[in-house]
Amino acid sequence: MNRRGFVSLLLGGGILGWLGAVLYPIISYLNPPKVPEANVQTVKAGSASDFPKNTAQIVKFGRKPVILIKTNNDEFLAFAATCTHLDCIVQYRGDLKQIWCACHNGLYDLKGRNISGPPPKPLDEYAVNIVEDEIHISEMG
Amino acid sequence: MDTKNPMVRRAYSWIDDRFHVTPLVEFMRHKYVPVHRHTVWYYMGGVSLFLFISQVVSGILLVLYYQADEDSAYESVRFLTTKVKFGWLIRGVHSWSANLMVFFVFVHMFSTFFTRAYRKPRELSWVTGFVLLALAMGFGFTGYLLPWNELAFFATKVGTDIAGAVPFIGEPMKIVLRGGEDVTGATLSRFYAIHIAILPAIFTVLLSLHLLFIQRQGMHEPQYLKRLPAEKKQMMAFFPNFLLRDVLLWLIVLNVVLALAVFFPWELGEKADPFAPAPAGIKPEWYFMFMFQSLKMLPAHVLFMEGEVLGILFFGLAGLAWMLVPFWDIKKKSGSKLDVMTGFGVIALLFIVVMTVLGYLL
Amino acid sequence: MGFYEAEKTHRVLSIVTAIAILVVFQLLMWPSSVSAEQEAELPDDQCVRCHQEMEILPEGFVPHDVHLQDGLSCAGCHGGDPTSDDEDAAMSPEAGFVGVPSKSETSAFCGKCHSDIEFMRGYLPRIPTDQIAQYATSGHGKGLAAGDVKVAGCVDCHTSHGILPASDSRSSVHALNVPHTCKRCHSDAEYMSGYGIRTDQFEKFAESVHGVALFENQDTGSPACNDCHGNHGASPPQVESIRQVCGHCHVNNMLYFNASTMAVAFKANGFHACEECHGNHGVKKTTDDMVGVGEESTCVGCHDGDAGYRAAEVIREHLRELVSAYEEAEVWRTEVHRKGMDDVEIGFLLQESHQNLIKARTLVHTFDPEKVGEMTTGGVAKARTALELAVEQVEEYDFRRRGFGLATIFITILIVALFLRIRQMEAK
Repeated sequence: MNRRGFVSLLLGGGILGWLGAVLYPIISYLNPPKVPEANVQTVKAGSASDFPKNTAQIVKFGRKPVILIKTNNDEFLAFAATCTHLDCIVQYRGDLKQIWCACHNGLYDLKGRNISGPPPKPLDEYAVNIVEDEIHISEMG
Repeated sequence: MDTKNPMVRRAYSWIDDRFHVTPLVEFMRHKYVPVHRHTVWYYMGGVSLFLFISQVVSGILLVLYYQADEDSAYESVRFLTTKVKFGWLIRGVHSWSANLMVFFVFVHMFSTFFTRAYRKPRELSWVTGFVLLALAMGFGFTGYLLPWNELAFFATKVGTDIAGAVPFIGEPMKIVLRGGEDVTGATLSRFYAIHIAILPAIFTVLLSLHLLFIQRQGMHEPQYLKRLPAEKKQMMAFFPNFLLRDVLLWLIVLNVVLALAVFFPWELGEKADPFAPAPAGIKPEWYFMFMFQSLKMLPAHVLFMEGEVLGILFFGLAGLAWMLVPFWDIKKKSGSKLDVMTGFGVIALLFIVVMTVLGYLL
Repeated sequence: MGFYEAEKTHRVLSIVTAIAILVVFQLLMWPSSVSAEQEAELPDDQCVRCHQEMEILPEGFVPHDVHLQDGLSCAGCHGGDPTSDDEDAAMSPEAGFVGVPSKSETSAFCGKCHSDIEFMRGYLPRIPTDQIAQYATSGHGKGLAAGDVKVAGCVDCHTSHGILPASDSRSSVHALNVPHTCKRCHSDAEYMSGYGIRTDQFEKFAESVHGVALFENQDTGSPACNDCHGNHGASPPQVESIRQVCGHCHVNNMLYFNASTMAVAFKANGFHACEECHGNHGVKKTTDDMVGVGEESTCVGCHDGDAGYRAAEVIREHLRELVSAYEEAEVWRTEVHRKGMDDVEIGFLLQESHQNLIKARTLVHTFDPEKVGEMTTGGVAKARTALELAVEQVEEYDFRRRGFGLATIFITILIVALFLRIRQMEAK
């Protein structure tokens, strides 16, 4: 192989490599990731009819945990699940129909208001919408 | 066309039959670039062009995931940098090449200024170039807000406030820019529209003109070179010699941009909260720093005018004067050692450098 | 200059002086004029007028006193006729004047209104009216009934003329101020001598987890003296009631303890409940070393080599496992965060893991190693998952650098090739 041929080979190889280095990231980028939620404005929380009455579950909302409650009247409620006292995660007490923080016996009613114990502030409320049996939790506008 | 490949030749003649490109190719072939000790500055415009192309490509890719909405802008940028494969790279390239582009445009401009390349017949190249710089800064200003983070939010507040201090037209201008009295989601929508539709449209037209002028008129030769006899001048063919060197430099710049994106990822910061107090250390992008710092250093009142208004008027007039340099150019008197224009250039450059440095030190 | 002239000059001078004083006064007052306007005003009746004039307003008399604010002027409590400017008529027993009550009369003096449901309804419909009855059951009340005038009566805590509701942060009985109010007597060794009560409660409390939360973090949810000892019925909780007192906030701890075998043993031995391990006023933030068999263990005081000793050891080990798994993952999370990588999911898992740790620490009060172990195992699993994610993120970080290296190689090859091609071309 002569010198010119070698440089051509190098040039061709370099261009191919360069194209790879540019196109591979771009094509990977175009392929949407498995988690399609680009925002945390709305979070889906499963089927509304499968959710047992008078129970609650903790749902991840961005960086924050949210407590999703289904009352006996099939009404859905959602509040920030972090107790306003010392950041424990609150739980729903079906027997009391209230939200309870086990750490220092703080109680919130079903409007999120701190009604007993040390919590200094109410829990932030989130909006819940049911769209075709799918629970959607979103921030209060 | 002197290629030996028959396929290429056939394809070329097919096109040439229809579009008559041969005169164009002939023109390109006879375009020469003078070689001298200032040749290096010829590459600055090319590098700026390359960085602009990087901006277009990475910008288009960003649009695929970005959401220009008060509630989801920050989250969408976060999402694209953390969850989308190579999203961090695309954003890093966009941010870094934007900053490098403004830097190289500045270098390009001052090299043009000091080599007097703006003189006849290149007055309009200079004017379009200046407008392109202003547009590039507009890109920077509008793009800065788009991730909707705390620093950008307050920098935009301050920036549009400064625009609002312009006499007479300032207040309405501010309202139009902000899409209302205050910086809100409406501002974000506006800045997004300006950043990805309005500015690119204007920029493309002006850039085409700017490039067309260069191609038509060829490279400017410095004064001393013009006086040399033709045989003593060293020349380089634009195509392919100069263009290949251009590409070589572009590749180096690309690698630098990639390195910056990988090793110095562009920060996202905290999400903007319009009701939170302004954080410490609000600063504009570095290329606005000299203006920001000068306005900060002006006293509240100068004579009968507000300091800020005076500063804005000064920058407005200085910018206008700078743009119109080719039309009031002062030629160096023969025999005189003093070159007035070089003096102006040095003062402008020193002012920008000192103010920028002060802005980061104070 | 005649007499008339002199008088005129004098009058002009005094007017000018008055204006000048007014202007200066206005200037001085100007910045605060808004707040000055809002400042509570004294009631305008004959009692205040005379007492103000003669400068014999009672000590600590403040206009924002809740009674003055509600329109009860001096006569509201002290009786008399506030409309009469005749001292004798205004403060005559015929006009209902009662003057200053003696210490033993105070509770009746205040109770006149505060124990009258009908009366109080007109002011604060929801206020309790059993304070005097409660007071009679308290250590203070009993002492007073026995003729001891050193004990605290109504005004010793509430003040006489600067009374504010407990919800007002200026009040002497506001949650943040209660310990300081009690301290005035209870930390005074000389004053308290003869009662056989310690005087170090305040110092101990101030350093305790509750005191730090109250004073340093201004957490009014943290208990002050009255939250455990009661307000008007103040007395120390007894052996039986102490766990109710603590359990008021620390519910699960109390429930677990009550259901445990330990509760039975404690009762048999006459031990206090919570206080036995945690102390009272000086209760410290708990550490995991309080269980187990180490030096700081509270278990080894009774247990030595028996089943309880081994249970303590196992419980301690479970906690240690979770804490170390959590801490290791937390270090990695910090590293991920520092590298600017995605730590949202990791943070979530660690938050959950930390919840498990809190629950496990509460479950220590079941004294059942299995229950604690179940909780810590769950927490360890979450911490491990978080750790895996963190490692992935750090690997991604390294992948970016390697990817960059590869891209650089390609680009460099291309640059070199271009360079050589240009040289070849120009050599011709």
